[in-house]
Amino acid sequence: MLADGRLLAAVLRSLSRLVQGYALSVAIGVPLGIAMARSAIVNASVRPVVLGLQALPSICWLPLALLWFGLSEAAILFVVLMGSLLAVAISADDAVAGVDPVLVRAAGTLGIRGMRFHLGVLLPAALPGVLTGLKLGWSFAWRALMAGELLFVAGGLGQLLQAGRELLDAAQVMGVMLAIVAVGVAVDQGLFRFLELRLRRRWGLTEAAA
Amino acid sequence: MPRRKRAGLPKITVRQVGHRFEKLVALRDVNIEVHAGEFVCLVGPSGCGKTTLLYALAGHLEPSGGRISVDGVDVKGPGPDRLLVFQEPALFPWLTVRQNLVFPLRAHGYSRQEAEARARSLIPLVHLEGFVDALPHQLSGGMRMRVQLGRALALDPAVLLMDEPFAALDAQTRSHMHQLLQGIWLRDRKTVVFVTHDVREALLLGDRVVVMAARPGRVLQDLEVRLPRPRDPDDEALVEMSRRIRDELRQAEEAGAPAPAAQEGDEHEPVAPEGPGPIRPAPGVGAPL
Repeated sequence: MLADGRLLAAVLRSLSRLVQGYALSVAIGVPLGIAMARSAIVNASVRPVVLGLQALPSICWLPLALLWFGLSEAAILFVVLMGSLLAVAISADDAVAGVDPVLVRAAGTLGIRGMRFHLGVLLPAALPGVLTGLKLGWSFAWRALMAGELLFVAGGLGQLLQAGRELLDAAQVMGVMLAIVAVGVAVDQGLFRFLELRLRRRWGLTEAAA
Repeated sequence: MPRRKRAGLPKITVRQVGHRFEKLVALRDVNIEVHAGEFVCLVGPSGCGKTTLLYALAGHLEPSGGRISVDGVDVKGPGPDRLLVFQEPALFPWLTVRQNLVFPLRAHGYSRQEAEARARSLIPLVHLEGFVDALPHQLSGGMRMRVQLGRALALDPAVLLMDEPFAALDAQTRSHMHQLLQGIWLRDRKTVVFVTHDVREALLLGDRVVVMAARPGRVLQDLEVRLPRPRDPDDEALVEMSRRIRDELRQAEEAGAPAPAAQEGDEHEPVAPEGPGPIRPAPGVGAPL
């Protein structure tokens, strides 16, 4: 049906956007979450905002994105970023707050401070929880991207879906939907499942798991 | 063992230290001096403030009153000269045994080679040959504790502060750990403050046993233990002493009357190994025990 390469091109286009937006949201969200968990000021000032904004469906950022960035690549990246950033930050916050206090105290008595403490102790200790947030953030990002692509034409799977509707081609619509599901499941089951298993095994969280 | 000189300044001075958690008096007027190379055990029932005192020594907790100084310098927060050993192994679960030793060394400014070499030299001391690349969750409880001990010794702190480190281990493993710790202490002569609720353990390990009582947390007695090392937990004199200390702890608990805290002097109440003489209260303890 779509063997002429349009599907593959659209998948690649969407994925590249997703990777950019998602990478940005991880790069901002994880440090933000750590800061929320470790600093009373950041916690008091930022956390209510983050929690409140999370109630906003990500597509509601699109009008604002269009006003700020116009009909551009940046606008859609912004939607993806806002769609996943909050979930990532909140999970990182929870994960860091849930780190075994004995480890924090041990780091203190061993004289591990500063960046070495944050990157070498806090982050790895919180990583299982952070990964859960990354997984959640990924699925939010994927949804936000699809919604964004549907609403304004810029290539990618969402646009292909919209094009199918305009051509009254139900087969194309369903085919694209399948592709969206396939990509989502592949990343979720493939990448994240793999990472999670490895992590749990290394951290000793699954005692007898294969 | 001949009594070592107590001349010179004490390594650790605890003067009139008190601490409250809300309304609870965790510590009241605690005075203790610890000299360099001494192995001091703080023993007492739960709630007697022994762990609070240890954390105050470590600088993880600021007492609400009194002064704590190490080498004449007031304790303000954790320092590289004092290292806490916890009841939990407190290892970094994502690092191998070797990496658990190397990581804190790197934080202390060792180069990679130096840190690796130092870690390698510590492994045999805590009997972990063959497990350097194992992860903490693959080890038994006793082995994890040995890793923690090795990690602490690698940093070569002047003072080791141990918070019931063997309480969670089974009896057999604990007794191995006692031998190991005694061996290491006889070799290095580090200053050790060791918290335990097990009187026998305190007598087995300590040069001095500071007996504490609860409500409010205070020092009941400060005893010197003069038994030859390495000690046998079934040694008659030791068993007898531990029985008496336990009796006194029980009486103190029943009386519930807050006795004035023991005055810490340069002379501690000596306890001879064969001496059947009663353990008298430390000078200054007036109330009947």
